[in-house]
Amino acid sequence: MKKISLLLSGITLMGLAFTGVSTATTLEDVQARGELRCGVDGGVAGFSAPNNAGRMVGIDASICDAIAAAVLGDSNAVVYVSLTAAERFTALTAGEIDVLSRNTTHTLSRDATLGTNFTYYNFIDGQGFMVAKADGLASVKDLDGASICVQTGTTTEVNMADYFRNNNLDYTPVGYSTSVGTREGLEGGACDAITSDASQLAAIRSETANPSDWTMLPEIISKEPLGPVVRQGDDQWMDIVTWTLHALINAEELGITSSNVDAMRADSPNPSVARILGGESETGAMLGLSNDWAYNAIKQVGNYGEIYEAHVEPLGIARAGSVNDLWTRGGIIYSPPIR
Amino acid sequence: MASNTIKFEKLPDRLPPSNTVGWMAWVKTNLFGSISNTLITLLVFYLIFLYIPPFIEWAFINANFSGSDRSVCDENKAGACWTFVKVRFDQLLFGLYFATNPDQMWRPIIAFIGFFGLLIPLMIDKTPHKKWLLITLLTIFPVFFLLIVRGGVFGIPDSDPSQWGGLLLTFTLAFVGIILALPLGILLALGRRSKMPVVKSFSIIYIEFWRGTPLITILFMASVMLPLFFPSGVEFDKVVRAMIGITLFQSAYTAEAVRGGLQAIDKGQSEASMALGMGYWQQTIFIILPQALKISIPSIVNTFIALFKDTSLVSIIGLLDLLKIAQNSSRSLDWNGYDIEAYMFAGIVFWIFCFGMSMYSQRLEKKLDTDRRE
Repeated sequence: MKKISLLLSGITLMGLAFTGVSTATTLEDVQARGELRCGVDGGVAGFSAPNNAGRMVGIDASICDAIAAAVLGDSNAVVYVSLTAAERFTALTAGEIDVLSRNTTHTLSRDATLGTNFTYYNFIDGQGFMVAKADGLASVKDLDGASICVQTGTTTEVNMADYFRNNNLDYTPVGYSTSVGTREGLEGGACDAITSDASQLAAIRSETANPSDWTMLPEIISKEPLGPVVRQGDDQWMDIVTWTLHALINAEELGITSSNVDAMRADSPNPSVARILGGESETGAMLGLSNDWAYNAIKQVGNYGEIYEAHVEPLGIARAGSVNDLWTRGGIIYSPPIR
Repeated sequence: MASNTIKFEKLPDRLPPSNTVGWMAWVKTNLFGSISNTLITLLVFYLIFLYIPPFIEWAFINANFSGSDRSVCDENKAGACWTFVKVRFDQLLFGLYFATNPDQMWRPIIAFIGFFGLLIPLMIDKTPHKKWLLITLLTIFPVFFLLIVRGGVFGIPDSDPSQWGGLLLTFTLAFVGIILALPLGILLALGRRSKMPVVKSFSIIYIEFWRGTPLITILFMASVMLPLFFPSGVEFDKVVRAMIGITLFQSAYTAEAVRGGLQAIDKGQSEASMALGMGYWQQTIFIILPQALKISIPSIVNTFIALFKDTSLVSIIGLLDLLKIAQNSSRSLDWNGYDIEAYMFAGIVFWIFCFGMSMYSQRLEKKLDTDRRE
């Protein structure tokens, strides 16, 4: 034991150790620290991945940027913590991160048993299928008897089995341990189709030699609503995260963008705009933030549509008419009013 | 008067038969000596012909080096996209914190220069004052490294170790693992051979426990389970947790490598030193260990090389070591699809350092080889 304690004290001396006990609220912690600790994946194109300058970018990372802008007034005041799927919830409940924005599906069991609270959705995903355009398939029903490349050990495998059994279809799964493997399998002709979440399929398609050779089938066989997650037991912080996301969506509805936000704040006749941008009512104060919280988030990060366009459109996931479009345009992205 | 004696003169040596010298002969005996050899040679040549020229074409001749974004590579998909590695070089070496703060990049650069500045002279035979260089490397350098790379003192901005990455993190983990595991391992090896029951059983339990657990499990426990035992908000840094896990694990392996050396030492050595009146520590330090360590160099270095490569397992706890950051970089919108280049780069860097360690250990063995072997 002496050796271990020697080792431990040695390492403690090396200066990398404890970061102090806290009984403060998450908001106080973040404000005292001057930075938001945000859990991301770090390796998913369009969601969170380092850009050339070393900064984490993507729709997941942008949510954290917006929260930091709302809380601290600076969208750059974010420390991104790369997390694997297995450790993401522990990192959140143990207080290593303030918010988890890591393409995490909202399910009952996660919400009820993990000590976490789901806020709202920044991307609504679902499992789909991709096939070669040349095969001329129109529906998953045409895949009877097909071999299908799938990443093993994921829920996609189970969803596919359920769906095919329900529809009395035959298929042969071809398993790979990585998504890169499934792509190589599809391109190499090891299977007729590939299945994964639609966003993942789009990313895979953009990585193929000829993206235009592949097409997605219309069926989406599972619901994967993805969004930021917070620790249970800090309602104020949950409100802040939820309403920051709502503010971005409301801004898009009202036509407030990062470029016109100053003009809108100065002379928009619309009282809803004034309320969001801190003109009329004290929306910020109700959350414990400054009154330009939403203004900062929109100004520095952009509204939901701008974020989507910058990070997800380049993957080839069209937004128009999809579930991720605004409710006013046929999608289901909807935000309660800010007032 | 002319002498009539017969003179025997040595004729000049005749050359060996032409079919046993020169490259032709070498080729004939080594590559086409028998039917099976001939077949294997032809097969290997065929495989080389099949794979090497396209590879060289891809990696060098058609490769893209210019530009600063993916458009160059997208236009020329026949060649490797080294532009990616060029643009992301600072990330791959130092991780995201230093890549996002280019004005702080001098810190890891100085640390690297310091590290190699101390290490390379140590590997050259003629360097004077080696002992002091080694002591500096093992004591002053780690403190210097922390001050300059970690920062937070003397006006140097604080860099969060969990934001370190790339080669910097790989090196840090491997270096800490190696320098802490060696002394611990030696103590454990001695402990396992000790006659004191408590020390002996502790050493055995320790070694067998850590050796019987996969490193991935240890890292996972350190990352996922450990925080659950601390109150919320109290946390060891992730990097420190990984260092502790790696050191605990590595010391068990080093201990077994050292024990192999200890067991090879003849009992006469310790008996002789006892006869000279030496105590246990004198015996161990001056007689047994120098011989035992010399014998165990290959296996110790073997475990160190394995450790250096094993550091890439920290990606499962979300640390961006060289391999993981290469992977993540190739998954960004800027470069997705260029993962082969990322893996090639990481592979080459790993190979350079592992091969370097292996070469050095071979030199060390030769230098220390005092056995009068036949």
